[in-house]
Amino acid sequence: MKLGFLVDLNLCMGCKGCEVACKVENEVPLGSWRLRVKYIDIGTFPDTSRSFTPLRCNHCESAPCERICPVSALHYLENGIVNIDSARCIGCAGCMMACPYGAIYMDPETNTADKCTYCAHRVESGMMPACVVICPVQANIFGDIDDDNSHISRYIMEHQGAVQVRKPEKHTSPKHFYVGGGNQTLNPLAQQRIEGYSLFNNITHLKHIGNPHEGVIDRFLEPFKGEEKLDNRSFIDFDNNAHESYEEEGGH
Amino acid sequence: MVEHGINATQAIVTLDVALPGIIWGWMITLNMWAKSIGTGVILVGAFLLYRHKKEEMPNLRWMMPLIAFIALNVFLLFTLTDLHHPYRMVNIFLHPHWTSAITVGAWMASLFTGLITVMMLIGGFDAYPDFRKNCGIAKSIRGISPFYEKIFPFVVFLAIPVTLYTAIIMAESSARELWQAPAEVMQMMWAAFMAGSSALILISNKWSAEARKDLALVLAIATFFSFMMYMGEYFFSFKSSEAEATLAFVHAGGAYNTEFWFGMVLGFIIPFFIAVSSMKSDNKTLLRFAAILALVGLYMAKDVWLKIPQMLNLS
Repeated sequence: MKLGFLVDLNLCMGCKGCEVACKVENEVPLGSWRLRVKYIDIGTFPDTSRSFTPLRCNHCESAPCERICPVSALHYLENGIVNIDSARCIGCAGCMMACPYGAIYMDPETNTADKCTYCAHRVESGMMPACVVICPVQANIFGDIDDDNSHISRYIMEHQGAVQVRKPEKHTSPKHFYVGGGNQTLNPLAQQRIEGYSLFNNITHLKHIGNPHEGVIDRFLEPFKGEEKLDNRSFIDFDNNAHESYEEEGGH
Repeated sequence: MVEHGINATQAIVTLDVALPGIIWGWMITLNMWAKSIGTGVILVGAFLLYRHKKEEMPNLRWMMPLIAFIALNVFLLFTLTDLHHPYRMVNIFLHPHWTSAITVGAWMASLFTGLITVMMLIGGFDAYPDFRKNCGIAKSIRGISPFYEKIFPFVVFLAIPVTLYTAIIMAESSARELWQAPAEVMQMMWAAFMAGSSALILISNKWSAEARKDLALVLAIATFFSFMMYMGEYFFSFKSSEAEATLAFVHAGGAYNTEFWFGMVLGFIIPFFIAVSSMKSDNKTLLRFAAILALVGLYMAKDVWLKIPQMLNLS
């Protein structure tokens, strides 16, 4: 069995239901995302179109994050899922440097790396990932790509020629496919990010990697401190006037 | 409106989440820089011991492992400090994952530091025979004095992979295409020779002029080839589209452009000419100045090369 994912971008309407469902299901803290939906406007006004691209871990067959992890915190499950053991993670961020898709984040609550696991806990119980269940247009298709009769395999076969993966040149063999995607939607180098013209925010870089309230010394003192109460409010910077800055370094 | 000014085929991201910026920052730069000194003094020290008599470099036997010890501990300290869970570093030894260059490097660097510590203690107690003369530990360390010469060849051999493994970590960081080049391996080697010769120049005041001339030679060769490789990487290499995009940003006067050129002039061009001139006429002060510049410039160059590929959005 090899579990795979397919998103039909022709169906996706950018409702972000999957993004929210993922956050709720996996208790992803504010400021972090396992799954995000990116809006891209293509063309020149008035001939423009808006495209929506859900982005999550690709669960690569040859995963660079698994290879670089020094303690096997990132590991393969038998069903092909690239899982992560946060109790073992040392927080070196090697996986964040290795993942060509930027799919891994440093959880600000646990200060460990985390990412989409295709809801491995739900899959284990015979359920579908939360993002699949919530999608109102069934743009997310999940299943066993080793099984020729599975929905995902049949979908791939029906759309042969239109099925793509992100960054195939990286030879990571992603198990996450897109139908209806193009260079402008799947290749970040084909997209411009123009500050001031974003719809809802102009933040392009996180100010912190990991827990923003924890300094370097705190990391050493952590085992000797009492449990600090963290909630989502802890991660909201209400005075945030962050703008694109290359000077700010994550987590240091 | 910006939309009127763009080509119809171009795309603009109009909604996205905040993305991580620079993940590996100055601590990793310092880590790599300190490691270059730590292994470099051993490699250059071995070259000097091969070429010259020990008497020409009276303090080399204990100062070489002492500098390496300090530099390697700075390297290990910042390796640990950069971890979000520093105490879990022990997992690298309890649950090693051998495909990871981080794991292999941590094991090798730990062994290397252990051997350097032994060499430092032997060298130090031998250099000052009256220090703690009656102390049992000092006596037993002085008792294993010949061990220094026995392990030294192995330490020199081990210094090479300890120098190079960071290049393998960078190669495994497959999201940062600027580092996916065989040149990185040689760049690490030249950095070690640069840093090692510079550090030894600073302690070479009482050495023979011939030994200092050799240090100047190593510094000149290392700065020259390292500079050439940076120029080749920066201007002429045919790279992947992601690496090209990274470099194009810096070429266009983007962030780190100034730091890069400051690093090149301070750390490579000026020290090269001073080192070449010192090979003809022995000028200790000028050579020390070149050594300090090379160390500062090397830090800046490493810092830029570490950070610039991290500015590229991956998705």
